[in-house]
Amino acid sequence: MKRLLFILPVVGFLVLLGVFFAGLGRDPRALPSVFIGKPLPAFATAPLRPGDTGLANTDFQKGEPVLLNVFASWCGPCRVEHPVLMRLRQEGVVIHGLDWKEDAAAGQRWLAERGDPYVRAGNDPTGRTGIEFGVAGVPETFVIDKQGRVRYRHVGALTPEDWDSKIGPLMEQLRKES
Amino acid sequence: MLAEVGQFALILALLLVVVQLATLFWGAHRGDGVLMAVGRQAALLQAGFIALAFGALAWSYVTCDFSVELVAEHSHTTQPLAYRFAATWGSHEGSMLLWVLILAIYGAGVSAFGGALRETLQARVLAVQGVIGAAFLGFLLFTSNPFLRLSPAPVEGTELNPLLQDPGLVLHPPLLYLGYVGFSIAFCFAVAALIEGRVDAAWARWVRPWVLAAWIPLTAGITLGSAWAYYELGWGGWWFWDPVENASLMPWLLGTALLHSALVLERRGALVSWTILLAILTFSLSLVGTFLVRSGILTSVHAFAVDPKRGVYILGILAATTGLSLALYAWRAPAIRTGALFQPLSREGGITLNNLFLTALTATVFLGTFSPVFIEMINADKISVGPPYYAKTFAPLAIPLLVLAVFGPVLNWKKDQAKAAFLRLRIPAIVAGLVLLAALPFGGLKGIATADGLALGVWLVLGSVWILARRWWSGRAYLQRAILTTPRSIVGLVVAHAGLGLLTLGITGVTSWESDKVLNMKVGDTVAFAGRTLTLTDYALTEGPNYQAKTARFAVKGATGGYDLRSEKRWFPVAQSQTTEAGIRVGPLGNLYVSIGEESEAGVIVRLWNHPLIVWIWIGGFAMAAGGAVSLSDRRLRVGAAIKTRPIAQPVPAE
Repeated sequence: MKRLLFILPVVGFLVLLGVFFAGLGRDPRALPSVFIGKPLPAFATAPLRPGDTGLANTDFQKGEPVLLNVFASWCGPCRVEHPVLMRLRQEGVVIHGLDWKEDAAAGQRWLAERGDPYVRAGNDPTGRTGIEFGVAGVPETFVIDKQGRVRYRHVGALTPEDWDSKIGPLMEQLRKES
Repeated sequence: MLAEVGQFALILALLLVVVQLATLFWGAHRGDGVLMAVGRQAALLQAGFIALAFGALAWSYVTCDFSVELVAEHSHTTQPLAYRFAATWGSHEGSMLLWVLILAIYGAGVSAFGGALRETLQARVLAVQGVIGAAFLGFLLFTSNPFLRLSPAPVEGTELNPLLQDPGLVLHPPLLYLGYVGFSIAFCFAVAALIEGRVDAAWARWVRPWVLAAWIPLTAGITLGSAWAYYELGWGGWWFWDPVENASLMPWLLGTALLHSALVLERRGALVSWTILLAILTFSLSLVGTFLVRSGILTSVHAFAVDPKRGVYILGILAATTGLSLALYAWRAPAIRTGALFQPLSREGGITLNNLFLTALTATVFLGTFSPVFIEMINADKISVGPPYYAKTFAPLAIPLLVLAVFGPVLNWKKDQAKAAFLRLRIPAIVAGLVLLAALPFGGLKGIATADGLALGVWLVLGSVWILARRWWSGRAYLQRAILTTPRSIVGLVVAHAGLGLLTLGITGVTSWESDKVLNMKVGDTVAFAGRTLTLTDYALTEGPNYQAKTARFAVKGATGGYDLRSEKRWFPVAQSQTTEAGIRVGPLGNLYVSIGEESEAGVIVRLWNHPLIVWIWIGGFAMAAGGAVSLSDRRLRVGAAIKTRPIAQPVPAE
């Protein structure tokens, strides 16, 4: 019996090792493939900005490719990507925002302080809407095509290189699609 | 040329470390003094070659040799000298080189100063250390070679991440590595003890200073990292429960448990197999920390370039070291019998409880960090764990531990009486109770948490200082003598535990009374905030060595006088990124923190924070590290054990 107690650590470790090895193969930045090419699930959120209309899945089928950026004021990397979003907004890219897992007041302060890059902005205080389309953490940015289908998911801060190498060209391509 | 010297030095070091582990394992097995002497020399020589390689890389950075690919990627001619040097460990490859350098230095330390140990024990410790060294040198040379050349060499390099160009970040990684890698010595001692099947007094005496020597820089490194995040990330937070922060917190928590259980082992010869297990697990968590940052298994702000191949290699090292040592533990540890018994209510009992809580805390952080991986295994959902999880799980476990931290040191070894122990602490308990009662009436539910936190902090600080007070009071007839003869280990204990109390006070203060304000300001505007008035006196473009900045100057008038604050938004054109330099007025009662944001027609956005007591978080952290240092300087640890001592644990046949 006492011997079993001493064997326990190594058994526990082997289980853990199995999980790690399995986890290595997965890419934490990859979207489960079910979402790619599918329309966004139906959702509607409360407005982030007072007197605004909020964000719903119907906002996406407007014949224009859009970025959906999920952010929160408590998130460190969001601070890094914010200037990039501001720049994209100035260049005319349509970005919708979803403020994730916090009160609207915190999100409003964030926008007031750092500038507001979003055309529409919703608030998701419980994180329920984010779960609908598989948000794992913030920041995440989805590329949505003209028909409102998810085409790409970017996890982590959006850097200028990400935009230049992947997302920008993809948006350009989507714009040309009929 | 220099890069090639470094390259060959690394290859020679790898060959030497193979010689080291082979001669020492075989020499210890055969009892061959000559082979063991060869192995010890190999350990010293290996450290010399790795130092040469490190020097070569550092020199390539300092002199901007962009024909070395790594230098071209992380340095720039306009980068100040200190940051060009610090960039040596700013990349994955360079930081791994620093890792093996520290490992080799620790190994050389055991080789040079381990003369008081039994020769075969020293040989086995160094042999196990050689295995780790060989694994990591192999990792460095085969997957992450820092000396790759770039042809043609670019005229200019790309810069080190501007967030890392900061004095705090120059010291932060080396301190953490000193801690992580330092735990390898305790690990090697544990494995050597398992191979030998016995733990003697010399073993116990040697392990604790090594654990302490790793714990001190780790504590200081984590504190420094927290302070850096506070002043550099520009939004006044001090801990984010980021996976990589957790990766340093886990070995710290378990290392703290190890520090205490090693004390019981050293003084009383108890908790032998538990201490060995803790030593194995603590170093394993250090490896997990290394794995976490470099594998891409979790995303994090800290993450280095993600490369699954490196992840597989490090996971292989983890599987081999931890797996084999735990298997060895399952096989050999039941045979190591511990003699000394103790009552539940005793110093040993207190430390056992401390270990239980610290282990549970480690498990909590571990689950929080890795749950995204586990959950996805089970049902393919992706989830995230945020600060709310830690608030619900970490705090309820930490609070009883903090209460007990005062009781532990006043308990007698072996056995004690509950009533007598309470009486020893009646005055700190009364004062803490009064603080609780005085603070309770203010505020509702949050007020209760605040009052508890304040009382807990006072209890820890006063209860720890009380140990010295009681000691000196009982020797008051010869006070000077009583003070001078106080062992430094006791002073260290008091300082470290009081530091924990200061940390508690700081956390309580900032989480309870933090306030902030965001507004647009133009030059000349004045705002009242937290009992002070701020005037934006100047807002202009300024030029730094490798950046341009918008600098805002504020004149602040408070109750105690006026001062100036400056906040900057820096733009690094080479790295194409932006950092915020907050203006911070540090004070014992609270910090005033000013950072500037976007500008518009309405002026520049200014965010003001009042962070009451926050500075005590870091003072507390550094006090803990200082307490450890004082304890390490204790004469008892420096002198070491006599060579020929009776083993306190004998091998017995397995049942």
